[in-house]
Amino acid sequence: MRGVTRVRWAGCAIAAGVLAAGCGGGGGYGGAGVLTSSWGDPQNPLEPTNTNEVQGGKVLDMIFRGLKKYDPRTGKAENMLAERIDTPDSRNFTITVKNGWRFSNGEPVTARSFVDAWNYGASLKNNQKNAYFFGYIEGYDQVHPDSGLQRADTLSGLRVTGPRTFTVRLGQKFSSFPDTLGYVAYAPLPRAFFTDHAAWLSKPVGNGPYEIDSYTKGSAMTLKKWDGYPGPDPARNVGVTLLVYTDSNTAYTDVLAGNLDLVDDVPATQLKNVETDLNGRYINTPAGILQTLAFPYYDPGWNTSGAQKVRTGLSMAINRKQITETIFRRTRTPATDWTSPVLGTAGGFQAGLCGHACDYDPVQAKKLIQEGGGIPGGRLKITYNADTGSHKQWVDAVCNSINNALGNDTACVGNPVGTFADFRNQIGQHKMTGPFRAGWQMDYPLIQNFLQPLYYTNASSNDGKWSNQEFDRLVDRANAETDRSRAVALFQQAEKVVRDHMAAIPLWYQNGSAGYASRLSHVALNPFSVPVYNEIKVG
Amino acid sequence: MGRYVVRRLLQMIPVFIGSTLLIFLMVNVMGDPIAGLCGERACDPATAAQLKREFGLDKPVWQQYATYMGNVFTGDFGTAFNGQKVTELMSSAFPVTIRLTVVAILFEIVVGIALGVVTGLRRGRPVDTGVLLGTLVVISVPTFVTGLLLQLLLGVEWGWVRPSVSPAAAFDELIVPGLVLASVSLAYVTRLTRTSIAENKRSDYVRTAIAKGLPRHRVVVRHLLRNSLIPVVTFIGTDIGALMGGAIVTERIFNIHGVGYQLYQGILRQNTQTVVGFVTVLVLVFLVANLLVDLLYAVLDPRIRYA
Repeated sequence: MRGVTRVRWAGCAIAAGVLAAGCGGGGGYGGAGVLTSSWGDPQNPLEPTNTNEVQGGKVLDMIFRGLKKYDPRTGKAENMLAERIDTPDSRNFTITVKNGWRFSNGEPVTARSFVDAWNYGASLKNNQKNAYFFGYIEGYDQVHPDSGLQRADTLSGLRVTGPRTFTVRLGQKFSSFPDTLGYVAYAPLPRAFFTDHAAWLSKPVGNGPYEIDSYTKGSAMTLKKWDGYPGPDPARNVGVTLLVYTDSNTAYTDVLAGNLDLVDDVPATQLKNVETDLNGRYINTPAGILQTLAFPYYDPGWNTSGAQKVRTGLSMAINRKQITETIFRRTRTPATDWTSPVLGTAGGFQAGLCGHACDYDPVQAKKLIQEGGGIPGGRLKITYNADTGSHKQWVDAVCNSINNALGNDTACVGNPVGTFADFRNQIGQHKMTGPFRAGWQMDYPLIQNFLQPLYYTNASSNDGKWSNQEFDRLVDRANAETDRSRAVALFQQAEKVVRDHMAAIPLWYQNGSAGYASRLSHVALNPFSVPVYNEIKVG
Repeated sequence: MGRYVVRRLLQMIPVFIGSTLLIFLMVNVMGDPIAGLCGERACDPATAAQLKREFGLDKPVWQQYATYMGNVFTGDFGTAFNGQKVTELMSSAFPVTIRLTVVAILFEIVVGIALGVVTGLRRGRPVDTGVLLGTLVVISVPTFVTGLLLQLLLGVEWGWVRPSVSPAAAFDELIVPGLVLASVSLAYVTRLTRTSIAENKRSDYVRTAIAKGLPRHRVVVRHLLRNSLIPVVTFIGTDIGALMGGAIVTERIFNIHGVGYQLYQGILRQNTQTVVGFVTVLVLVFLVANLLVDLLYAVLDPRIRYA
């Protein structure tokens, strides 16, 4: 009977393994006044100057308030912590911080909270991915040189002049600088951030309407209303629990089953049913995101005068209306300029600025492409990353539309790249030979943000290396202009240069979409397509 | 027996080194992982250079591998791009996947073997035909279809279970995902057991046992099943590793934050440290599971002995 004892022993070992693996408790999120919302795992450590994607930004938006805040409806920059921002010349700014603001750990928010945070963000040794936001400030090239070691630890353009005042000196005139200060990279930081960085990262402390109750990296974060919040926009719910979902389909299913209150990314495959599924609890509102096709101007084939006609022709060959209706089910709107409707006409959005070049006209398209000498290289390859965002569908549709216009089934093909990292890598190494997918999500609702980073010579996101002296000159003039409406007009002139050269083909404005449970009310998305959590009412 | 185990353990070393090197090379040929870190815009060159230096990506691949292996032997699997230690990711991911695998294996053992015995003893009867057809359906339908279907029916339409698993991932929440994960293997276990039982049913020792007047359940469990289990144990043993590594689809559908999830994230973000670290551990699991299977043979059939 030796065998029997051994088998029994093996059974015990398996049972022990089961116990060792542990039997955790059940779910139990949500509850009275607390809403649960879908979330994605932030890609970078949660620091204001290191967060460049929506998921991390969502949290920072809840736990931080900066000098300015963008109105969730109009997108207009309004004073939040800033009492006054004065400037005599659009280059030197004196900023006064309001009295009575505190971090949720009790520490007061002072001028130093801002200056220290900005110096930290700009410093090369901290590897902050949003460091370039401080590039406008004088001394940035010392703190963050393009190569080699940094020559200074602090920005020479920043100076604390009192407990609640500090001055900023920019490297050049930039009249809309105060309006950029609502971006999360400019958030103030408490002393604890610097003294015990690791502890702060595991549970960030800010000065916003919420404080973090617990944070399990990769799976969940619970935020609760901070009762001591002095601002005008306190939370109208008891708390928010963010749950990490790997697949937006699962999150959507959970909303349908009543296990999740809010999903802020309705998957494309569900758009067909979403309105009946959720019985009107579906939001589809414009966001500050524009999708374009960018071109490699470092490739000689695309940098000819004829290629300009080809690009305009290609733009005319794309049936935007049909693609946005059939593939995106109206969660995108055909683009007619290079900005976004969320700016509003006063902010620089101008419907129809693209003119006939963005209208679907297959006959004219074919004519223009032939006049321009045909597609460089004989075949159009649109490069995109195939791992996320269902880009394959629309790239194939765009190619189909172009092929139909040209009467040639093989004129345009999609060129998928396996991962986003590799896609960015190939763009960075200038390996593109044809158009490639480009998406621009605004940092702040200003027309400047839709033009300068993308088309200014050697700008941070000018991936195609487009360069035009007239455009650069107009942008410089617009930045120096103190009058807001005149500055916007100059930016629009610059945008017309982009149009005349068809520097990039605008495709469509992207909407934010969200679905929510019936126990929520006052759900809205801000222009960044992030839910305005503090305004949501539960029950 | 002891020498056999030692020899098997020594064999693991080249397998271990070879597989990690392969994974390391594969992840590295995908290009520069830093490029994807800054979102749609390019990282500024200074920060990118410094991040590369920090993660050791500026060195030649062989040197990166050597450093990596050196660190692994001291228990340091490096740091993921979001600033977390890979060991930390492992300690949160592996228990979840182990629980899921345990549920799946239990399904395979209990349901699979039971069905196999029933059908094997009643070959050609309606029960047998029915189960055979059933297993054929399960094998031919892809896991993600089964998963999504069960999720929709049980989770949304009927509301019996939560469609997704909470971060705690307790055993009771893992029953449905475990069944989905086990489904295909379960069908194979059923078929293997059935064939094996049907074959041995006619053998001399079974006839002898029946002739001795032993009760039926004793004949089936002690004599018939024990000898029929060897191919099944082999299959289940190798399946442990396959289930752990192959849980990507199931984990994604049911939002389980286990090994599959971390691997998927790691590959998407081209995070060498995460991918190599997790695959390394999975390789070890595979090797150990195979060793255990071989040792179990001796338990099931005392005639099998290893020198």
